[in-house]
Amino acid sequence: MEKKGLKGWLYLLPAILFLGFFLVYPLIDVFIYSAEEGYNFASQTSSGVGLYNYSYVLHDPYFLQAVKNTFILVVVTVPLSTGIALLISVGLNSIRPLRNLYQTVYFLPYVTNTLAVGLVFMILFKRTPYTDGLVNLFLSWFGRGPVDFIDGPYAAKMFVLCLYTIWVVMPFKILILTSALASVNQSYYNAARVDGTSKLRIFTRITLPMISPTIVYLVITGFIGAFKAYSDAVALFGTDLNTAGMNTIVGYVYDMLYGSSGGYPSYASAAAVILFVIVLTITCINLIVSKKHVYYVN
Amino acid sequence: MKVILQNLTKVFPGRGRKAKEVVAVKDFNFEIPDGRLIGLLGPSGCGKSTALNLLCGLLQPTEGKIFFGDDDVTQLAAEKRGVGMVFQNYALYPHLTVRQNILFPLENLKGADRPSKEEMNQRAQEAAKLVQIDELMDRRPAELSGGQQQRVAIARALVKMPRILLMDEPLSNLDARLRLQTREEIRRIQRETKITTIFVTHDQEEAMSISDLIVVMKEGVVQQIGKPQDVYDDPVNLFVAKFLGTPPINVFYGNVRAGRLYIGEEAVLDVQGVPDQEVYAAIRPEGFELKADGRLTCGLNRVEVMGRDISVVSAHACAESDSIRSIISAKNQVDASAGSVSFDIRPDKIFLFRKDNEERIRVSAG
Repeated sequence: MEKKGLKGWLYLLPAILFLGFFLVYPLIDVFIYSAEEGYNFASQTSSGVGLYNYSYVLHDPYFLQAVKNTFILVVVTVPLSTGIALLISVGLNSIRPLRNLYQTVYFLPYVTNTLAVGLVFMILFKRTPYTDGLVNLFLSWFGRGPVDFIDGPYAAKMFVLCLYTIWVVMPFKILILTSALASVNQSYYNAARVDGTSKLRIFTRITLPMISPTIVYLVITGFIGAFKAYSDAVALFGTDLNTAGMNTIVGYVYDMLYGSSGGYPSYASAAAVILFVIVLTITCINLIVSKKHVYYVN
Repeated sequence: MKVILQNLTKVFPGRGRKAKEVVAVKDFNFEIPDGRLIGLLGPSGCGKSTALNLLCGLLQPTEGKIFFGDDDVTQLAAEKRGVGMVFQNYALYPHLTVRQNILFPLENLKGADRPSKEEMNQRAQEAAKLVQIDELMDRRPAELSGGQQQRVAIARALVKMPRILLMDEPLSNLDARLRLQTREEIRRIQRETKITTIFVTHDQEEAMSISDLIVVMKEGVVQQIGKPQDVYDDPVNLFVAKFLGTPPINVFYGNVRAGRLYIGEEAVLDVQGVPDQEVYAAIRPEGFELKADGRLTCGLNRVEVMGRDISVVSAHACAESDSIRSIISAKNQVDASAGSVSFDIRPDKIFLFRKDNEERIRVSAG
């Protein structure tokens, strides 16, 4: 028995070493950093242990702006992208001709480089000395003045960021949802049809419950992904996100470490721990709520 | 509700460029009398499930018409036909309880047809009681046995008081014991509700035992329609004769010469008026009568005693299969060590079929 146990641990060793070194150790380190006050990067010394770092971060207007941005991003993009993806998947599932073509088209953003997509959005939205951008051209047809989506008002910038995020995360969701829909046994639909069920009722009472585990999966990963948003904002607004007022929590962490005003691993760690707590809380809430409403086929 | 099928035909286009189209049901004509239990019977791929799907409206016929009573429902969508359907895999909604499953068709009703909440519950309760699952109402399908799921499916099909009830292989997912029990149950429910019921099966015993009428199909074409006993006693062709009956009918290669049927060199039967030709002679297992100087002599393989009956397994050079199984009364004594056994053939239990198209050759009595 003893020997067997040893053998098991031996098999696990590579994974444990790898995960321990790159995942568990840094995680613990972050907690330690976040509690060390007055940490000096050069001498690797600190003046004491306490909650000052948290207090600093929570009173930093840049951090509060980043939290606000992140929450707006999460609240807007997760439901919208999941909802729209669901509608598109149901549509895809019910058409026969050109289905593969549409599937490819909808999946294209997923395989497109983030920065390339950012460039496309620049062309759509950015004002330059030569042009107001494609979207402003449309707006001018309706008699609306040009809006600076990239350097202009906060709402306009937030709109572009949300649109961009939704557009980028949608293909993956469509892919997952179409396969979930295709796996629902046709006989349920046949039975419902014979019983004279309306299309809407088939969707709400049969389709949705049947694919609910997939939706929960998408919502939870969607929440986590949106909380970790950073590259999208960079692609649109450049690296100086604090000045643009479009920073995210992860962006704040990065700036605190390596940004022009960076070099504060303690503050960065405190912000990271706060993000961790937020994500953990939201995910737990998600799981508790979903447990009540989700049917899992055993 | 009387159901009339007129020249019903369903052709599926072939898959691929040069594939042939498939005729799943060909020129099906049948008037199903009101309140009967009909068994659609045939080997797999014979078009019986297609016929059922045409009836419930999940498929549209290529040609022909379907009437429920006097209504032409051919163009009517499945949801408007008012049929109850029990699917082969039951198709119970796994996330709903038994009660919610049974209520589901009622909740689909709109406007004046929609019963009040109490009435819905009462009807669901009645349907559940009819199939004896009224104590399982709050369970989910996954918590039920196969037989109980089957009952829920029947209750769900019955609760909306359908004009006709359709069942696709209702017993195929049940084990042997439960199958016997459930088929009696289906018979009972059909008798109580008096709803015209059509069920599909590939098991001839199942169809024979409970149907008022059976329809035997092969490759999309109806072979014979009739009462189970009539079809058994008077098959129109070799396929029907072979398909019905357990143990199966024994087929011999025979010859008709000068008004006599020869199996091998033995003249086993007088068949006046039948022209000389090669024939298939098919004999039901119960058509053999043990006789010391009987007309048909077979090599004896073994004797199986089954209490009431004795099953004699023998062999004959002219038989289509390796062994011939005959059922005789246990009163007879068979010496199992004897090398051969002789039979006389009961004239009403032997059928002759043409060699070329396997159609029945009628032998005038006497």
